[in-house]
Amino acid sequence: MPPKVDLQKCDGCKGEKEPLCVAICPGDLLMLNEETVKAACRSTRDCWDCMSCIKVCPQGALETKLPYQLGYHPARLIPLMGGKRVSWTCVSQDGKVERFNYKNRN
Amino acid sequence: MGKNYPTTPQEVQEMQIETDILIIGAGNAGCYAAIEAKRQDPSLRVTLMEKAHIDRSGCLAGGMDAINTYIKKGETVDSLVKWSREQAGGLQRDDLYKTMAELLNQSIEEWEEWGLPVKKGENGEYLARGRWDIAIHGSEMKVILAEKVREYGCEILNRVVATNFIMDGDRVVGAMGFNIREGKFYVIKAKATIVATGGAGGIYKPYTNDGTDSHHQIWYSPFNVGTGYAMGIRAGAEMTTFEMRWCAVRTKDFNGPIDTISVGYNAAMINARGEKILAERYAHLGGDKAPRYIRANAPMEEWLAGRGPCYVDTTHMTPDQIKDLKTDYLNERPSFVLFLASRNQDISRDPIEIYGSDPYIVGGHTASGYWIDVKRGTTVPGLFACGDVAGGTPNKFVGGCAAEGMLSARGAIDYIKSGMVSRINVDESLVEKEKNRVFQPFVRQLNVGDGITPLEMEERLQRLMDEYAGGVHQFYRMNRERLEYALKNIAILKEQAKFLVATDLHELMRCNEVIDMIDVAEVLCHHLLYREETRWPGWQTRMDFPEKNDDKFNCFVNSRKNLETGNIEMFTRPMEKLVD
Repeated sequence: MPPKVDLQKCDGCKGEKEPLCVAICPGDLLMLNEETVKAACRSTRDCWDCMSCIKVCPQGALETKLPYQLGYHPARLIPLMGGKRVSWTCVSQDGKVERFNYKNRN
Repeated sequence: MGKNYPTTPQEVQEMQIETDILIIGAGNAGCYAAIEAKRQDPSLRVTLMEKAHIDRSGCLAGGMDAINTYIKKGETVDSLVKWSREQAGGLQRDDLYKTMAELLNQSIEEWEEWGLPVKKGENGEYLARGRWDIAIHGSEMKVILAEKVREYGCEILNRVVATNFIMDGDRVVGAMGFNIREGKFYVIKAKATIVATGGAGGIYKPYTNDGTDSHHQIWYSPFNVGTGYAMGIRAGAEMTTFEMRWCAVRTKDFNGPIDTISVGYNAAMINARGEKILAERYAHLGGDKAPRYIRANAPMEEWLAGRGPCYVDTTHMTPDQIKDLKTDYLNERPSFVLFLASRNQDISRDPIEIYGSDPYIVGGHTASGYWIDVKRGTTVPGLFACGDVAGGTPNKFVGGCAAEGMLSARGAIDYIKSGMVSRINVDESLVEKEKNRVFQPFVRQLNVGDGITPLEMEERLQRLMDEYAGGVHQFYRMNRERLEYALKNIAILKEQAKFLVATDLHELMRCNEVIDMIDVAEVLCHHLLYREETRWPGWQTRMDFPEKNDDKFNCFVNSRKNLETGNIEMFTRPMEKLVD
């Protein structure tokens, strides 16, 4: 399930050695597009949907897109990482919103 | 090609590192090995070689929602050893399991102390989710572990892909690999080496392998491709029980875990007629408590018999339970919640569909991997193994891999202190040879500009294994003739590896990965061929030998590559029960 990059929000993590999503992806799938200076996924078919990149993005510029073989358009799932808690917003295909909030660190 | 990395071996910058303990793979097992080594002796230099980033590498990248082996009050090490052996169809190294089980609880309790939230019941005890299972909020558990590794002062080399061990005669004295950011070649000499690279996913074609974006929609981490097995095979290490593959019941299409639902919320597997599959059709084998391979294979047999699709029946669940269930998934495979939302699925009305996964080689679940002793030493001196890559210990799971990490560190330290390693002599020509092998796809791209991409070769291997070595599309079935066909083509693929081309460092990693996958597939086929019986239907279904044969095969099937002939040699080792 490839991450979708919001080119308006992504700033390429300018202050960092490399964008945080590029640094973290376990499959080495994210890269910096040198022309746009924004993050890009080099091989969408190879994504495992672990959401590591989504969680680490300081701009909230990445979103997991479900492959169409698996689910219908346009459901969404968006995490918001707090210090020791995480909250998730899930919007179903027909627009119902569900929220989750819990401790993920002691 | 970009200009910021080398494209020929001559341009490659070499990094020489000398360390006391080298750990290859900084997943759960590797991290625990590193921490334990530092605890035992803070003066040791401990180096981790990790192809991704330690914060999110290995099986725990996305998180985990439960610990499946924790010894609760009223249970003992021996009761767990016995349970595990039964689940594994009678084949397990009791000596390994027992030593691992003795450290299980420590690893989990430490993880909690370091920051992992473990759910508690009203009595303050860990909240049970089954006989051995406890529930956790583990989405950040790998990040927590990585912080601890740094705190203990271990050296972490992120984005360095291991390719082969360094040999000094018959001893392992470190490993080689390359960095996928700058293309530097690493030569890391070590007094002792621990391999912790995980198991092998992606050897078989997944049924979600469409032309679009769901190729890696598999249960096991698709970035664990069996490199540690392949390195061991190429070094002549003895391997065990590859034929005990892990094929699991997973949620259909998404390939998410189902123990979360079936164990956690008491949801039975049902077929298309609404019959409880295990209770009604497998009562003679233990029903809901039937061995794991029976449970894993049951829905596929229903499907094949015309009684699919199959489900886990969630229709009894309350809204609160459903919220809890979704939270569990958010901790382990978050996008399963998105999957349900994309189908507008209310699981209190529509149960969750299930299906079999593609087969994996994974020593944390089954007994596949390096043949090791109780100190976690492999048959090659200087090399230790832990986690999914280590064999003989099925049902280790997260806690067991951590415990085994600690044991491997202790074994490595004993080896160093025994004084067997006085000086490391490395034949530089072997280093040069390895560098040429690793960078060959760049050389071909530069000189010829045409060849085979790693994706092409991977897909060829995956379909070959799927159709001829019992993949999910064949309902895991195989026979001698098909396996021989697979081996014949694997030999061709090995020969074809010289045609691989890469246009950047990511592709170069993929080329080296597919070479590793082919080496694992070859050994796997030999194991499947050798065991002329069906011991674990589904995991290992020989259509030409459909019955279990205890007279001949109540033993371990092991292999070793003969480094002179290149042949994979097969033999058996006896099964010894320590606990009755």
